[in-house]
Amino acid sequence: MTENYDVAVIGAGVIGTLIARSLSRYNLRVALLEKLHDVAQGTTKANSAIVHAGFDAKPGTFKAKYNVRGAAMMPELCQTLHVPYANNGALVLGFDDDDVPVLESLLERGRRNKVPGLRLIGKEELLAMEPNVNPCAVGALYAPSGGIVSPFDLAIAAAECAVANGVDFYRDFDVARINQHDTHFSIYSAAGKKRTAKLVVNAAGVHADDVAHLVGDDSFHISPRRGEYLLLDNTQAGVVNATIFQCPSDMGKGVLITPTVHHNILIGPSADDIDVKDDLSTTDPGLKGIQTTMRLSVPGYQIKDVITSFSGLRAHSNTGDFVLRPSLIDPRFIHAAGIESPGLSASPAIAAYVVKLFADVWEEELSEKTNWNPGRPKPLRIKELSREERREAIKKRPEYGRIVCRCETVSEGEIIDAIRAPAGARDMDGVKRRTRAGMGRCQAGFCGTKVLEILSRELQLPPQEITKFGAGSQILLGKTK
Amino acid sequence: MAENYELIVVGGGPAGMAAALEAEKDGVTKILLLERAETLGGILEQCIHTGFGLHYFGEELSGPEYADRFIVPTEQSSAIEVKLDTMVLEVTPGENAHQVLAINKTDGLLELNARAVILAMGCRERPRGALNIAGTRPAGVLSAGTAQKYVNMDGYLPGKEVVILGSGDIGLIMARRMTFEGAHVKMVCELMPYSSGLTRNIVQCLDDFDIPLKRSCTVVAIHGTERLEGVTIAKVDKNRRPVPGTEAFVPCDLLLLSVGLIPENELTRGAGIEIDPVTAGACVSQDRETKIPGVFACGNVLHVHDLVDYVTMESQLAGAGAAAYIQDRADKNPDYVGTHGKNGVRYVVPQRVNKHVTENVKLYFRVGQVYKNAVARLRAGETVLTQRKRARLAPGEMEDLTVTPEQLSLLPEGAELTIEVAEGK
Repeated sequence: MTENYDVAVIGAGVIGTLIARSLSRYNLRVALLEKLHDVAQGTTKANSAIVHAGFDAKPGTFKAKYNVRGAAMMPELCQTLHVPYANNGALVLGFDDDDVPVLESLLERGRRNKVPGLRLIGKEELLAMEPNVNPCAVGALYAPSGGIVSPFDLAIAAAECAVANGVDFYRDFDVARINQHDTHFSIYSAAGKKRTAKLVVNAAGVHADDVAHLVGDDSFHISPRRGEYLLLDNTQAGVVNATIFQCPSDMGKGVLITPTVHHNILIGPSADDIDVKDDLSTTDPGLKGIQTTMRLSVPGYQIKDVITSFSGLRAHSNTGDFVLRPSLIDPRFIHAAGIESPGLSASPAIAAYVVKLFADVWEEELSEKTNWNPGRPKPLRIKELSREERREAIKKRPEYGRIVCRCETVSEGEIIDAIRAPAGARDMDGVKRRTRAGMGRCQAGFCGTKVLEILSRELQLPPQEITKFGAGSQILLGKTK
Repeated sequence: MAENYELIVVGGGPAGMAAALEAEKDGVTKILLLERAETLGGILEQCIHTGFGLHYFGEELSGPEYADRFIVPTEQSSAIEVKLDTMVLEVTPGENAHQVLAINKTDGLLELNARAVILAMGCRERPRGALNIAGTRPAGVLSAGTAQKYVNMDGYLPGKEVVILGSGDIGLIMARRMTFEGAHVKMVCELMPYSSGLTRNIVQCLDDFDIPLKRSCTVVAIHGTERLEGVTIAKVDKNRRPVPGTEAFVPCDLLLLSVGLIPENELTRGAGIEIDPVTAGACVSQDRETKIPGVFACGNVLHVHDLVDYVTMESQLAGAGAAAYIQDRADKNPDYVGTHGKNGVRYVVPQRVNKHVTENVKLYFRVGQVYKNAVARLRAGETVLTQRKRARLAPGEMEDLTVTPEQLSLLPEGAELTIEVAEGK
């Protein structure tokens, strides 16, 4: 495998993978470098999973422009990549007269940002739409273009597409040193591996400023802002249908309650600026706080059937906006940094813009591949098939008839597909995100041992080497006596 | 075209096998037993410790030995067809026959019909997420049963320095098992002021190995990035809330959770069968018939049992009930009386009893807390039908009281049976 590339994308989150996918359209040698063991391991795996309508961002910013544009691109992109997306609409609740001017200014902002269909609604219409929200609400801002998406599915699908189109994906490539040369960069991992690239795209999430420092660029600073979430079982589906916000604060868009594309209910996030860029711990006050705040939105709802709690880090930039530009130190080093909310919503538009930035700097001929495939094969999901389709699938591969995860009805065949896919699953969490095995109410209590066995067999690794999410997270510590 | 059976049993653990064998004994000849694992026996197969069978067989057996007593006749039976590695996806009740949709590697999709269905899917463990413990999400946090499978079935050790949260029986058994395998079990933390496990397990699994049982204590935080590095434990107050200032860090690489079992009633719910919110299992009659005629439930899917012996006995009732239903011997005009727990009794199973029964009916119940020198009473209104004194009643141990056909036949219209507990005196 060649180790010299035209372009290296650092970071395989939703931004890096979508950029790699967009670059894979051209006759370029592209490397996608990921510090961790899988794609979507940073901010991408733990956020609100919302496609924001775009009324919140300050007009004129990248955030405003690319949110609205990205949200408009999202449905088609998700269809092409077979990623779950739903256009469920969003509501920002106003609880008293003080909130009304806030809603009005959001409406005004939204109109300036060209958010489609935005309008204020009264109490009656609100309660007709969402019978469970606080009857004390005075009204709401309704954004019909708001949606929900599975962010890790999006990154996984984008990576699959990119790799199928010739991008080389390197896991566990923790970029530790970058040497600038006249014609290229030499990029070294912490383990001493080397790749060269003529251009670099920095999509390193909360670590994007650290990566910028490697070429002497200290023009922005990323501080991790932690958000904690609760995920409820799909037994709770229907509590709310739209994404329910409260009026935003300086720290973010506040606590929301929303359905997910997988029919769970998601509540969160808290917002705490923290010091350490990999501190993904949840806290008792954080989890209690989001529950208390949520109750203002849906007061009668008693939270139950919590499946899990988790926290994610927003890559908050001191510039206040996305950092989408070539480095001032070296124009061949392009930043896609500071991608906090609405980064997921904006991601398709960001990827398109970064490719444009790339084309501006790229001095060689840029030609499109004739056989570029913008999609990926549709993942087979036994649970979603009709009886006839199930029969056909099992005939083709009997393993589709062997259900491994009971809670989410996931077959062994689907797990094998996930492992064998381009940029496929290599660990337990990787299988979980790709297939939903272990994502349900028993949280891998039953299927965990079977998934480990399948990984071990497919990857030809002894069971002790199978990890939860990469080096150091082994499940088994040795053999019994 | 759909295949027809007299009886389909969902689940090939102790409950399903006992039910199928009992139905065969009563003359049912076309029975299909569907099991999702590759072997019969259910969770007993990984319970290699002894202590099973004392009540039913009058001897002490290991889990696999106990299971074998049912696997052998099930496999030899000409009336019972077994399909392993087969997952039931849907049970759809019908007028004359119930539909069962199942899936496996060899048959593909199975569309089956049966006069009667017995639900015997067992239960699952409550996971970490349900407890909402703060902290990180490293490898090294497992439910006790998952760890039991790794150790006993697969031959791997999931950790060496172990803290166990929850003193349910699986947690206690795993404390001893991990110790045997050379791991250091540092402590078992129990949120309640008493253990929910059997007394004999506390003695044989903890006391005999000097493993401390910390009551009124819980894990409040989980630490470690890739692999578990330790937990923070804390004392809890009467309301089970952590007491500030009592936190202590305990280094460990494995946290086992034994914090409760939940009946696996996805199929039951999907079939539209009424569920008792306390047991989390179906509401049943003395025959373990659900509210849908011809659909029965037994074993841990109905309510979590402490001993497999009782699972067997209960499942035989379901098997006999299904046989009577299939052979049209069942009472066409039952007159049901409801059963209820009161004053400290959390639930009673069965939830209703036919007044026309001809044999004694055992009413199983659990209490909500520990009672000393207690009396459990079965009442119909003000009348005490039967009572039993116990030196100790604990939530971990299932109790029963018996009601006779005579007592039932004498009950006035609209009467209800209640079981209550009183302490002292």
